[in-house]
Amino acid sequence: MSEQKANIGKATEEKVAMPHKGGNSMIMVVGAMIVVVVVIAAIFATGLLNGGTKESVTLTGAGATFPMPLILKWADEYYNSTSHKVKINYGGGGSGAGITQIKDKHVDFAGSDAPLSATDSSTYGLLHIPETLGPIVVAYNEPSVVNLKLDGPTLAKIFMKNITVWNDAAISALNPGVTLPTDQITVVVRSDSSGTTFAFSGYLAVVSTEFQTLYGQGKSVSWKEAIGASGNPGVAQTVLTTPHSIGYIELSYAKKNNIQFALLKNQDGNFVTASSETAAAAAGSASLPAGNGDWSHVSILDAPGADSYPIATFTYILVYKELYNDQSKMNKTAAKALVDFVWWAVHDNGQSFSSGLYYAPLPASVVSLNEATLNSITYNGVALR
Amino acid sequence: MRAARSRLTFSGRSSGADKLFEYGVLAIALSTLILVWGLVLKLAVDAQPSIDRFGPGFIIGMQWNPNTEMFGALPFIFGTLLTSGIAILIGVPLSIGIAVYLSELAPPWVREPLAFVVELLAAVPSVIYGLWAMYALRPFIAHSIEPFFMSFLGWTPLFQGNAVGLDKFTAGVILAIMIIPTVASVSKETMRAVPDSQREAALSLGATRYETTRIAVLSYARSGIFGACILGLGRALGETMAVTMTIGNANRISWSLLDPGQTMSSLIANNWGEAQGIQLSALIEIGLVLFIVALIVNLFARLMVGRIMKAVPTTGGGL
Repeated sequence: MSEQKANIGKATEEKVAMPHKGGNSMIMVVGAMIVVVVVIAAIFATGLLNGGTKESVTLTGAGATFPMPLILKWADEYYNSTSHKVKINYGGGGSGAGITQIKDKHVDFAGSDAPLSATDSSTYGLLHIPETLGPIVVAYNEPSVVNLKLDGPTLAKIFMKNITVWNDAAISALNPGVTLPTDQITVVVRSDSSGTTFAFSGYLAVVSTEFQTLYGQGKSVSWKEAIGASGNPGVAQTVLTTPHSIGYIELSYAKKNNIQFALLKNQDGNFVTASSETAAAAAGSASLPAGNGDWSHVSILDAPGADSYPIATFTYILVYKELYNDQSKMNKTAAKALVDFVWWAVHDNGQSFSSGLYYAPLPASVVSLNEATLNSITYNGVALR
Repeated sequence: MRAARSRLTFSGRSSGADKLFEYGVLAIALSTLILVWGLVLKLAVDAQPSIDRFGPGFIIGMQWNPNTEMFGALPFIFGTLLTSGIAILIGVPLSIGIAVYLSELAPPWVREPLAFVVELLAAVPSVIYGLWAMYALRPFIAHSIEPFFMSFLGWTPLFQGNAVGLDKFTAGVILAIMIIPTVASVSKETMRAVPDSQREAALSLGATRYETTRIAVLSYARSGIFGACILGLGRALGETMAVTMTIGNANRISWSLLDPGQTMSSLIANNWGEAQGIQLSALIEIGLVLFIVALIVNLFARLMVGRIMKAVPTTGGGL
């Protein structure tokens, strides 16, 4: 018995002895870790990982998904053209989210297809800079129907659920000779606050007094019996995967996903398809206010003109007139970089990418307007350009 | 012995050290209480503008309209309770089945790996479930499951409309799948904890395998299984990502399971980024309502567990 006790004692002693030996290697491991951390911190401090230049700037934007493909393309190209000095991050999230974030000064610029109210733009001191314009298409998932033709009142009835089936008399009347299926129409809309919704509902309100009374224009609409998806990409995905569905998205999303979209009857009575050219035609006669003015009534919806596409909209970059404030982290270099970027974007350097992505290049008059707006942006009261 | 005692340093005077330890641990425990209270207080304070404007009518309000600034919680309370209800209806029987198999019937070489896999499923992030539901589950439900139910239940108000797949039904199914690992694991542990004497007693009376499980194991483990269901229900009530990807985001009440709907957590996830002013306040009030609903469900469950506990036979009683 005592032998066993002795043995147990020995075993515990050995087991207890181990940690001391392990303690030495423990100290070495901890020491090595500390050295590694110090080295990494030193590397970051000297900015070696940043490419070594202290002038590199990162600008953050968020908001409308309508122009997102184009803004991301610009971010890419601008990063290269400034030799990796200026990085633009654009987060999407919808016009509503963009407006909220720029008001809270959580981003350097916002994207929105819906203009601010007059009170908002003057209270906050935000400028509107239309950076591009494009068509909103009526995308649909009905493979048996090619080149669907619709007009404003019929479109409004579809989205108000007054028309519920594909082979409704009103739709057949616009598409003579086409066999329409008997399936029910599934309507897909935006679940988040959206400038695309603002433009689309604005068009429906113009062409249908019933829509204007019951629903009205807005970034959010209380649609009747519709499926909601988040962002332009979400609606595109939902239409793509839902048979017999119909939804509204910006043209580049329809092209990218190969989704069919309808021809719409414009004010002149012609059925036009959505394209860079027909959207540009719609913008032709637009008269815009100054950058710091009231943009709440700007609309190129249901525009006159033989080739005008009826649901086209400008989309705006919202930026503060005075870029210095004690809340944001924007220093003078960043502020200048922001103004220079937007200048680059609204001129040929940026606008040359528009048609390729199915947006329309800005008319010359709008570019001049933007130049005046950009020249008015100040940092601590001093103009940046 | 010598070695063990050498590790006791007897630092500090015994009573002082113990008191310090006691108060330290008490402080940590209280901090969790303070955290919860702080959360509720902050929610209540930020929801104040909305509470002032809408009052108790918020709970039964049917509209959610940022344009007219009319907000009400009823469609979302409905959506939350309905999808969680479907989850429980589908998930609990399956979970108990899995638990019974793992606990009573599986040979050891099956039990270990299978139990491990079931517990692993609980670790899958909810957004992964959502992605899988969007791309794999939804088409399957829209093409096979929903038409199946529509064929003989299509006359009921529950199965009206098109089988699109982005609806409360799919959301309920994915929630069921998500709560199964939790409910099954906890139920299985509860059943394993039932003493063998109970099983032996039933078997000695001539009970079959099924009767043994039912009489000896399930009734003994009743409260534990119920607790597991409450855990699962708690997860289902608050689940956000997977629901928002499958439910169709429609802010209205509709009885058909094939219609899109909205839950409280999914609404908050959709709208928090852009909400301002009274809408933000209303959204926070929704959060408060969700918290209270979860609390009520939990309290109700505890009441039920209390009742069940009274009926549970204690070990060694009467034998």
